[in-house]
Amino acid sequence: MKRGDERAAMNRLGSLGVLLALIALWWVASNAGWVSRVFLPTPQATFASLLEGLNLTGDSGNGELLAFTQATVGRMVEGWLLASLFGVLLGAAIGVSPSVRAWVQPTLEFIRPLPASALLPLAISIFGLNPGMVLFVVAFGAMWPVLLATVHGFAAVEPRLSEVARCLQMSRTAYIFKMGLPNAMPDILAGMRLALTIALIVAVVGEMIASQTGLGQAILLAARAFRASELFAGIVLLGLIGFASNALLAFAEKRLLRWQQPD
Amino acid sequence: MTDHRLLRWLRPWVFPAALVGVFEWYARRASALGSDALAPPSAAARAFVGAAMDGSLWQATGFTLGTAALGLLLGALLGIALGVVLGLSRRAAQLGSMSIEVLRPVPSVALIPLAMLGFGFGVRMELAIVAFATFWPLLVLVQSAVQQVEPRLLEVSRVLGLSARERAFKIVLPAIVPRLFVALRLGVAVALVVAVTVEIAANPNGMGYAMMIAQQSFDPALMLAWLGWIGVVGFAVNAVMLQLQRMVSRRMGVQP
Repeated sequence: MKRGDERAAMNRLGSLGVLLALIALWWVASNAGWVSRVFLPTPQATFASLLEGLNLTGDSGNGELLAFTQATVGRMVEGWLLASLFGVLLGAAIGVSPSVRAWVQPTLEFIRPLPASALLPLAISIFGLNPGMVLFVVAFGAMWPVLLATVHGFAAVEPRLSEVARCLQMSRTAYIFKMGLPNAMPDILAGMRLALTIALIVAVVGEMIASQTGLGQAILLAARAFRASELFAGIVLLGLIGFASNALLAFAEKRLLRWQQPD
Repeated sequence: MTDHRLLRWLRPWVFPAALVGVFEWYARRASALGSDALAPPSAAARAFVGAAMDGSLWQATGFTLGTAALGLLLGALLGIALGVVLGLSRRAAQLGSMSIEVLRPVPSVALIPLAMLGFGFGVRMELAIVAFATFWPLLVLVQSAVQQVEPRLLEVSRVLGLSARERAFKIVLPAIVPRLFVALRLGVAVALVVAVTVEIAANPNGMGYAMMIAQQSFDPALMLAWLGWIGVVGFAVNAVMLQLQRMVSRRMGVQP
């Protein structure tokens, strides 16, 4: 046991070493001028931009990046929550009845591969350029994985369980809450994880196109003004958002699905 | 009996037909009230025929599909190569794990401004972003596929004294082909979505840009035509990949 712990610690240390080596390579490449600094800022410049933007340096920072991060995260989370809510509701409504499934599912399968961002032009011409429009597209785009996963989860209920429900003369509501949803839960959670990734992507694209305050607009403006260190600071923040949200959901998934694992 | 078959054949079309009908009615009423934000599907169909006749449809579609395919090729080659290495060597996988965990969650669209700065507009920026976006899923799926290769095959390769290169090309790659196609199918879907997204956000080429420009020049009929066409292309490409994947797994003797 102890030796295993030690080995795991060594492995963590080793992989941290590789990461640090990559950063060192970045440092050398940018400082030695292998790549023009217009495209690749030095790590220290990126870090300085990050500190300044997040207002961590004391009084000199402008705190801009902090506000942008809040705006993007807010948009992503709001859209994701709406997507999860409507995805599960619609998915349960469609999935609970085999006949509705037969009529509607081919259409859903057709819409599934459509890029969520392709709806942006349509949404712009209907709603105009405003935050609500971006939120709508984020929610709509992120809804599909949840909806399809819920439908799939309901369709995959063990037939004998449905028979039991019929024998017990369960009402449809009882069936949804006692059999359908618990059975679809792993699928729904996996769909929600995918939905969060899509929500972040669509939020960033929406901010770029519709000029809404946020990291998407910030990095686009930074690139247009050739402020590479600010651009990199924005990319680092977006990476952190993606990393943190994914890790949180993976943790939640593990906790919520504990009943599935035998002890 | 024939009634039943007819019903089954017609059933998938009823719901979309109803949707299009409602939309037609709504858009006609809206334009009668003086709104030019929406167009009825019938006008979109006319705009579609127009774009197909003057060739702009095929040119933009070719650009998007070609760039997505090249980007996928690039991302897949790198992803497969690294995935095989990390799948064969536990130590390499553990050493690389933290770097992968840190780099993978960076949303591909965050690189749009960077690619714009580095490559300008055109094929290269889109290629770079598609390659980045497809690299990660292929890396992860190939790595797990290699880790699941029957250990006895690897033992055989050791007994035969194969070199690392021969082991990769003669034992590992053939063994993961069915899973590789599953990964490639996912990669194709990602590549197409990312390519269209890049065109909508920045790159003035291809289907995404054509739709964006139709919206900006207040031509809702053409915009809807593009939206529908992007849906059809995405559906068709995914269907072809699914068929290909099934065919490969059948030929390789795997039950799908």
